Amino acid sequence: MTHNPVLRVMAKLMIPFILLFALYVQFHGDFGPGGGFQAGVIFGAGLILYGLVFGVETALKVFSPTILRIGIAVGVLLYATVGLAGIALNGKYLNYNVLAHDPVHGQHLGILLVELGVFITVASVMMTIFFAFAGRKS
Amino acid sequence: MILANLPALQVVIPLIAAPLCVLIRHRAIVWGFTLLVCWSTLVVAGLLLSQVLTTGPLSYALGDWAAPWGIEYRVDVLNGFLLLIVSSISAIVMPFARESVTKDIPENQIPLFYAAFLLCLTGLLGIVITGDAFNLFVFLEISSLSSYVLISLGKDRRALTAAYQYLIMGSIGATFFVIGVGLLYMMTGTLNMADLGARLPKVLHTRTVLAAFGFLTVGIGLKLAMFPLHLWLPNAYTYAPSVVTVFLAATATKVAVYVFVRFFFTIFGVPFVFETLPVGTILLTLGLAGVLGASTVAIFQTNVKRLLAYSSVAQIGYMLLGIGMASVTGLTAGILHLFNHAIMKGGLFMVMGCVMYQIGSVNIQQLNGIGKRMPWTMAAFVVGGLGLIGVPLTVGFMSKWYLVLGAIEKGYWLVVAGILLGSLLALVYIWRVVEVAYFRPTPQESPSVQEAPLSMLIPTWILIGTTLYFGVETSLTIGTADQAARFLMERSP
Repeated sequence: MTHNPVLRVMAKLMIPFILLFALYVQFHGDFGPGGGFQAGVIFGAGLILYGLVFGVETALKVFSPTILRIGIAVGVLLYATVGLAGIALNGKYLNYNVLAHDPVHGQHLGILLVELGVFITVASVMMTIFFAFAGRKS
Repeated sequence: MILANLPALQVVIPLIAAPLCVLIRHRAIVWGFTLLVCWSTLVVAGLLLSQVLTTGPLSYALGDWAAPWGIEYRVDVLNGFLLLIVSSISAIVMPFARESVTKDIPENQIPLFYAAFLLCLTGLLGIVITGDAFNLFVFLEISSLSSYVLISLGKDRRALTAAYQYLIMGSIGATFFVIGVGLLYMMTGTLNMADLGARLPKVLHTRTVLAAFGFLTVGIGLKLAMFPLHLWLPNAYTYAPSVVTVFLAATATKVAVYVFVRFFFTIFGVPFVFETLPVGTILLTLGLAGVLGASTVAIFQTNVKRLLAYSSVAQIGYMLLGIGMASVTGLTAGILHLFNHAIMKGGLFMVMGCVMYQIGSVNIQQLNGIGKRMPWTMAAFVVGGLGLIGVPLTVGFMSKWYLVLGAIEKGYWLVVAGILLGSLLALVYIWRVVEVAYFRPTPQESPSVQEAPLSMLIPTWILIGTTLYFGVETSLTIGTADQAARFLMERSP
C-alpha cells in the first residue's frame, strides 16, 4: 500500500482531521456525547491508518512500544490518582467536588483529568493491539 | 482520613499498584513491591473485618454519591470474611511466587505477570466488597480478563487453549450475568443490591424477574464451576503457572460462590429462591453429582494438578450442598468450607508448585519415591490430603461435620450418604499419590532431586499448618461463618 499515491495523499489529508476530531470528542465530552473512551479509539484509529498506509515501522518511530506501554500505565494512574486526591482533600474516593475552590469547578477539573487518563490508556491500548498483530512475523 | 476510606483503599491499593508494576519493570523490585501491596491489602481487610465485627455493617459512598444512585461499597460479616480470605491468600502466595515465577515465566514478562496478578486481585476484592450489581459485573470482568492472561502464561503450550476455553466459557457466564442484571434493572430501576432486595418482592411474580434469576444462576454457575458447567476448570488449573493455580484455586471460585450466596439471600431472598422455586433441590442434586462425579473422575487422573482440579469441582459441590440446605447450619457449613477449602487447596497446589519447581513435571509416574527425596513437601501433601478426606483434627472434618449436621437437621439422608461416599472417594485419589510417593522405589537413573527452597516450603507449610490450626481452634472460623449465616438468613427480604 506504501506505493499507492492516491492512498498516501488522502491519508495525509485525513489524518490531521481525524486526530483533531478525536480531541473535539474528548473535550466536548463535558457537554455532549463523547469522552475519553471514544476519543481514544478515534485517535488510535487515526494513527493505525497512518501505520497501514506508511508502514508499521514508520508509525513505530513516533509511538515506540516503550512509549505506548508507559501510556497504558500512566492513563490508569492518572485516573486513580485523581481519586486519591479526593481522599487527600477530605472527600471520599473520586469525589471531584473538593478538587477546586467550588464544587462546579471541581467537577469540571475532575472529569477532565479522569477522561484524559481514559484517553491516554485507550489510545495506547488500541495502537498496542494493532502493532502486536501487524508486527507478527508469519 | 485513612480509616474512613478503608473500603475504597481495599480495592484502590492493588489497582494503582498494577500500572506501577508496568512502569517499574525491574524484576526484583516489582516482586518486592507486589509483596508489600498484598500485605497492605491484608492489613486493610483485617481492619475492615474487625470494624464490622464491633460496629456492624459499613457503607461507603464512592465519590460521595449517595447510595441507591451512586456506587456503594458495603462490608458486612460475610464479605468482610471473604476479603480477609482473598487478601491473606494473596499475601501468602507472594513469597512463594518469587522462586516459582522465575522458572515458570520468561524473564521479560515477569513485571507484566505481577501487574496482571494485581489486577486479578483488584477484581476479586472488588467483586466481594461492592454493593452494586453492575459494579460487580465490572470487577468480574477485570478479574476474569486478567486471569485469562495469567493462565495463558503457563509454560505448556496447552495453557493457551486452556485459557481460550476459559475465555469463551467465562465470557458466556459474564454475558448471562449482565443480561440478568439488566432485566432486574428493567423491573426495579435500581442496581444497588440492598435497594434491589427491597424493591424486588413487589415484582417477583413476573416472568422478567424469573428470566433474570435463570440468567444470573447459570452465569454465576459458569464462573464458580458448578458441576455440569465446570468443563473449563480442569484444563485451566492444570496448565496455568503454579502460582496462578494456587491463587485462582484458593480465591476465584470462592468469590463466585460468594456472589451466588449474595444474590440468593440478599437480593432475591430465601422465600423466592427456596420456596417458590425448587432451587434448593436443584443445588443439592448438582452438588451431590459434583461431589460423586468429579471425585470419581479425579481417581483416574495421571496429572496430579488435574487430579486436584477435579477434586476442586467436587469440593465446590460440598459448598453448593451447604447453600442448598437453606438453613443456618447448612449455610454455616457452606461458608466454613469456603474458607477451609481455600487454605487446603491452596496448600496442596503449593505442594505441586514445589514438585514442579524441582522435577519439572507433576505426572504421577514421575513421583515414584518422591516422599523420601522431598520429605517436607510430601508431608505437606499428606496433611492437606487428610484435610480433603475430612479426617478429624483437620479443617476438612469441621466443614463436613457441619454439613452432615445440617443434612440430618433437614432429614436429607441421601445427602449424608453422599458426603460420606465423597470422603471415601477422596481417600482413594489422595492415597494413589501417597502410595506412589512413599511406597514405590526411587528410580535408579533419575537425577538427584532435592527439597524445594525454603521460600516456597514456608508458605506451603503456613497454609497446611493453618488447616491443622483451624481444625482444632475453630472459634474464629465457625464463629464468623455462623454469624454470617445468621445475618443472611435474618436479613433475607
